[in-house]
Amino acid sequence: MEIFSNLALGFSVALTFSNIMYCFVGVMLGTLIGVLPGIGPIATISMLLPATFVLPPVSALIMLAGIYYGAQYGGSTTAILVNLPGEVSSVVTCLDGYQMARQGKAGKALGVAALGSFFAGSVATFLIAGFAPPLAELALKFGPADYFSLMVLGLIAAVVLAHGSLIKAVAMIVLGLLIGLIGTDVNSGVARYSFGLPELIDGIGIGTIAMGTFGFSEIIRNLEKGEGEREVFTKSIHGLLPNWSDIKQVAFPVLRGTSLGAMLGILPGGGPVLGAFSAYTLEKKLAKDPSRFGKGAIEGVAAPEAANNAAAQTSFIPLLTLGIPSNPVMALMIGAMIIHGIQPGPQIMTAKPELFWGMIASMWVGNFLLVVLNLPLIGMWVKLLTVKYDYLFPAILIFCCIGVYSISNASYDVLMAALFGFIGYTFIKLEVEPAPLLLGFVLGPMMEENLRRALLLSRGDPVVFVTRPISLTLLVLGAALILIVVSPAIAKKREEAFQE
Amino acid sequence: MKIGHPKNFWGGVLFAVIGLLFTVIAKGIKFGDSVLIAGYAMGTPARMGPAFFPFWLGLMLTALGVIIAINGIREQGGPDSAFPKFHWRPILLVLGAVVMFGLILKPVGMLIAGLLLVVVASVGSKEFKLQKAVILGTILVVFCAFVFVGGLKLPIPLCPDIESLQSSIGFCRG
Repeated sequence: MEIFSNLALGFSVALTFSNIMYCFVGVMLGTLIGVLPGIGPIATISMLLPATFVLPPVSALIMLAGIYYGAQYGGSTTAILVNLPGEVSSVVTCLDGYQMARQGKAGKALGVAALGSFFAGSVATFLIAGFAPPLAELALKFGPADYFSLMVLGLIAAVVLAHGSLIKAVAMIVLGLLIGLIGTDVNSGVARYSFGLPELIDGIGIGTIAMGTFGFSEIIRNLEKGEGEREVFTKSIHGLLPNWSDIKQVAFPVLRGTSLGAMLGILPGGGPVLGAFSAYTLEKKLAKDPSRFGKGAIEGVAAPEAANNAAAQTSFIPLLTLGIPSNPVMALMIGAMIIHGIQPGPQIMTAKPELFWGMIASMWVGNFLLVVLNLPLIGMWVKLLTVKYDYLFPAILIFCCIGVYSISNASYDVLMAALFGFIGYTFIKLEVEPAPLLLGFVLGPMMEENLRRALLLSRGDPVVFVTRPISLTLLVLGAALILIVVSPAIAKKREEAFQE
Repeated sequence: MKIGHPKNFWGGVLFAVIGLLFTVIAKGIKFGDSVLIAGYAMGTPARMGPAFFPFWLGLMLTALGVIIAINGIREQGGPDSAFPKFHWRPILLVLGAVVMFGLILKPVGMLIAGLLLVVVASVGSKEFKLQKAVILGTILVVFCAFVFVGGLKLPIPLCPDIESLQSSIGFCRG
């Protein structure tokens, strides 16, 4: 079996001492920021981007990936113990997890969340290993027109599946695409929208935008809200390991959550949040007594936790096979790859098998480390929850500032990030989600390049997008998605689903 | 005319203005012979110039913005739909501290710039105490110096750059 020899190669990379250490650092940091409300993986990964310059690319990507899925574990701890989502994807875990904690079953909730996540993470690792190679092979057949259509489909899906206003999300993506075009045009050498500033000729860095819109604007938002009193259940954590009857109760919810999350993670725009929400809704629908949900149902913790972790991991599939980000964190990972001189796309698997398989194998290693970090060391994370935001935000701020500066040792980038902090804050205030901006930003230059090549090959004839079978299929899928969402019946359902 | 949903209306206006700016700068403005904004080459679909993609994207953003704004006039929002209140105190303190950090980092070094960053930004929190902020700032700055400069070897200036400081205040010496 080829998959096993590939995985063996992956583990031989992931299990070197230094890579285990970087994986450990990644998942440790991920858990940390997952536990802490007010800082998420986007700001953290962009903060640490410059710190990975000195590392070999494999180790850097292993560490950055660990931050992302580690945050899914950490987020549940806060959700269960404080009723605050440490991470957006653990919003649903609050519903039943916190109720379990109030009933003195905090330990059981934490244990089920961690073990469910571990199961989901392990399955997702093998799914990536199984699905990535055929997908990458298919992707090699893609021409520029197909790539363009694929990105259109991806952006449509990202908008459709995101919550909040559709048209605002589309506008935000287009704005992201435009900002992505700032800087020198690769074909003509013209410096676009640089206003004669030498700093803008190379364009704006993704880290700068990410830290401005997700780091700084979050801090301002938290400061204006002020800090409410937190009620932390610290004393009642015992009995972390679930007993046999618990296992029987959660086995199927975890399985269902894993498969649902894994599927939704692959979709562009899907990812952990959607996975967790859908898994919770599904369990509630399937339950014999739905009224138990919201009052401490153990399935209501197990299924969404499995789903968000599975989704966090399978969202690497489009990145590794097509070179296309499915969510803002993946957009940052593309940024990280390019900084390390790796062109994301289907050729990674054949050109750099040790990177490709090493990263996949490291995810399983990381999930194993996370169980160890989360179960026996839970007390340490709980202590962290008592740290006040007044001490936390100056730390976040100084790390962000040093991070932005270090990307290219330019003070100018710090000023630019401050500007994006204000822009991000303004959009949040106007109830426009800033996340699609990052997605558009990464895709902007890629889309232009593929559009240009496709039209060059077809001598300017746009029919090429519907005559190539792959491109046509993708566009039809995109159109279908739009139709589904615009139809009134489904629009209503969608609203209900996000209300819950 | 009453605007039913000011938040959406102004969001739409913002998008439309930004979109129009991108389009206009790509296309350029010319009155007869006088050129106000040069613009970039448009090219043809088969040989797209640098203006082609941003021109159309900008128009698209403008159109989306106009639609959002018109919807914002027509729809009736609840009390949440009022134009949001901007909290200028944390905005100015946090972003001001960041801008200051960016401006003084190279001349005075990270130790001083970082400490000032923490202290100024801390004023934005509700329970600000100078002494606490200075202690916190000192700990963070030392930590960052060890981790980023000592451990990760990032080329961040730590101490004041005496030469550039002298040249920047050189006019004092005549």
